[in-house]
Amino acid sequence: MVDPRIQVRNLSIAYGNRRVLEDVTLDVHANEILGIIGPANSGKTSFLNAINRMDKMRPDMRITGSILINGIDTRAWRNLYALRRRIGVVFPLPVGLPLTVYDNVALAPRLAGTAGSREDLDERVERCLRRAALWDEVKDRLHHLGSLLSGGQQQRLTIARALSQSPEILMLDEFSIAVDPVTTMRIEEALKTLKTEMTIILVTNLVQQAHRLADRTAFFLNGALVEVGVTEPMFHGQTRDPRTSDYIEGKFG
Amino acid sequence: MTDPRSDRRRPADARDRHWYIDKFFEILMFLCGISAILFVVGIFLFVFREGLGFILQDMNFSEFFFSPKWRPTSLVRPTYGILAMVAGTAAVTVLAMAICLPVSIGAAIYIAEFAKGRTRETLKILIEFLAAIPSVVWGFIALSIMNPLIIDLFDAPMGLGVLNSALILALMAAPIVTSLAEDAFKAVPDTYREAAEALGATRWQAIRQVVLPAARNGLLSAGLLGVGRAFGETMAILMSSGHSINIPTSIFDSFRALTATIAAELGETAVGSPHYRALFAIGIFLFLITFLINMAADFIVRGVRKG
Repeated sequence: MVDPRIQVRNLSIAYGNRRVLEDVTLDVHANEILGIIGPANSGKTSFLNAINRMDKMRPDMRITGSILINGIDTRAWRNLYALRRRIGVVFPLPVGLPLTVYDNVALAPRLAGTAGSREDLDERVERCLRRAALWDEVKDRLHHLGSLLSGGQQQRLTIARALSQSPEILMLDEFSIAVDPVTTMRIEEALKTLKTEMTIILVTNLVQQAHRLADRTAFFLNGALVEVGVTEPMFHGQTRDPRTSDYIEGKFG
Repeated sequence: MTDPRSDRRRPADARDRHWYIDKFFEILMFLCGISAILFVVGIFLFVFREGLGFILQDMNFSEFFFSPKWRPTSLVRPTYGILAMVAGTAAVTVLAMAICLPVSIGAAIYIAEFAKGRTRETLKILIEFLAAIPSVVWGFIALSIMNPLIIDLFDAPMGLGVLNSALILALMAAPIVTSLAEDAFKAVPDTYREAAEALGATRWQAIRQVVLPAARNGLLSAGLLGVGRAFGETMAILMSSGHSINIPTSIFDSFRALTATIAAELGETAVGSPHYRALFAIGIFLFLITFLINMAADFIVRGVRKG
């Protein structure tokens, strides 16, 4: 039943001499939402960056340990772009590329050379926008600049863009930081549907968001994985480490 | 404490003195700012006053713009046609930009996107060094190095002409275009590159699809300033062009530039003579063109963006 899509083994990350993540070992199962919670500076974002090998953009970032996706070590990928194509990423602040709404979503298919005919691409763009719960709001202004949308719409646009390459893994990094509560709820609903098609890693600063969405939750603190477990019991006090329940109950963090 | 007032009032501190200094500098900076405008207006008025007499009295409009015959010293009938010079200046500017822009933008992409650490710093210093070479030195290079080189390589009768000038101008404009283009690339937020790469874009795809469009305005204005630089250059052109009045038909033809004409002839004319004033009319023409180029660059930088 359990299908480990991502296996992280003894992962440590450092920027120069500053260690941000220490000896993390955990699995992410196929078609689950893994919530990652923890206070600021606990290494959550670096964890995501390690998975899609964004360390290549940060020359001082050093990674030890291993990350296996479908059993293959991410460092075995000589062509990183092929790896990143399987992973969709949504950043904390929406990055509306200086393109139209349509072109934002069509970017990945075009980069891949799989855009196909105009009709195919139109359909694909519409499907991605629908799945990101944005279609109804932008269908009349597909050819306006994406950066003219509101913050919440832009964030859903980045989700649509991440979906456009049909990723196996979707990683969201505190996506609701610049989004209003109503939009947050709509995105959360969308994620519950998407789960059936892909594996989702959700880094969140909202403990309740992890409770609502995550099948399992991992708690990071000061660069260490304190514990990872099934969400429901964790949120009902069944934690192995007292710090986890303290954080969940809002005693610190 | 001995002064009874200091008990009740807060003692005067440095800020009370600095208030006056603050005011003083505010006025000083205002004057500096205003002076830039005054100088531009002053120069414009001066050039206009000297050239206006020619435009109103001696100038034959169609001869000035459409005749290639510039014979201001003719004793029989002096003619003042700038067509050949306009053609020469235009030809050399276009060719210089055709050489300069691809190389400069390529260099800027390398410096801004690929080069790291010492390579990057060294390149930037070298490019700044290139900008610091005086134009007369460029002219010297044109005469003593490029001239024989062009004769040898292309078996041309003469090495001074459009090609020589364009190469020199391209080299002269390259540093400013490169560093402005690099600024334009640096102004593109890194988040764009990360977002593109997270979508599986290769470095080149990210640059081509995301960074270049985002930097478009900055690149256009860099190009226009390069055009302005090439257009207004005088000494290097005077030395590399061959300076003969002639509408160039090949890149090896000699030509004469508008700027070089003023530089070469102004010292030998009688103040107030038609020749003298005709040169100022050319000055007005140059002034208007460079003004338009700079305005265009400015508008583009402000971003006349469409949604």
